[in-house]
Amino acid sequence: MSMKISTRQVDGITILDLGGRITLGEGSVQLRDSVRDLLAKGQKKILLNLGEVNYIDSSGIGELVSAYTTVRNQGGELKLLNLTRKVHDLLQITKLYTVFDIKDDEASAIASYAHA
Amino acid sequence: MSEEGHLTGQPEKRVTYTLDSSLDSVNKVEQTAEQMARKAGVDDDEIFRISMAVREAAVNAVLHGNAYDPEKRMTASFENTGSSLVIRITDEGKGLDPSTLPDPLAPENLLRGSGRGIFLIRSFMDEVHFKQLHPGTELTLIKHLGTAPTGA
Repeated sequence: MSMKISTRQVDGITILDLGGRITLGEGSVQLRDSVRDLLAKGQKKILLNLGEVNYIDSSGIGELVSAYTTVRNQGGELKLLNLTRKVHDLLQITKLYTVFDIKDDEASAIASYAHA
Repeated sequence: MSEEGHLTGQPEKRVTYTLDSSLDSVNKVEQTAEQMARKAGVDDDEIFRISMAVREAAVNAVLHGNAYDPEKRMTASFENTGSSLVIRITDEGKGLDPSTLPDPLAPENLLRGSGRGIFLIRSFMDEVHFKQLHPGTELTLIKHLGTAPTGA
């Protein structure tokens, strides 16, 4: 029922590979803590790979939005990669599809970050 | 109850659960809704929409209604009338006036970290009714069977 999360670095971008469910409770908290930890370490270019996320509820959607605004407010960039159809549809009906920077290819997602 | 004109599924008696205000209860209600929808023969996309709407209603009851109070209960009832799936979720909280909820699609609310649950319920179900119980709220979620998928 819970969410899996792992971290890797590619060309100065931190990629969080997420899998499972981002829902009220465990999944949302894990995501929040992970993003907070990255920001505390100064890693502000974050790519959330949602390719293995098969379920997200309104709490999870809210957590994605909070992560996005938190990173942006600290001068960073948070983008989304590989949305499943369900997550894609949810972001569309909540009108968040145009708010997030959404990519479907990892290499071009990495290249799209502003490089210092 | 008439048994004529069933487009999908067989009518089943209403089953009601009384549950504590926990995330386990939310998961149980979601799973029960999923099983009910699957048994009624609706397609996978509709099963997802129904079970998600019911999950959101249960989250609302447990989190916003009962505020995880161990003294307060949520009830969840499930009924297949033969023409509709009817799910009722009640809480013992302060009550919810849906007319006071901010529109999550309004530009000024788009970046809020919460406030999308009722919107998703309305998007995914055919009918949603609120009833004040004094104290508490009853949410009735209805999905008509045998009709074209709605929502997303």
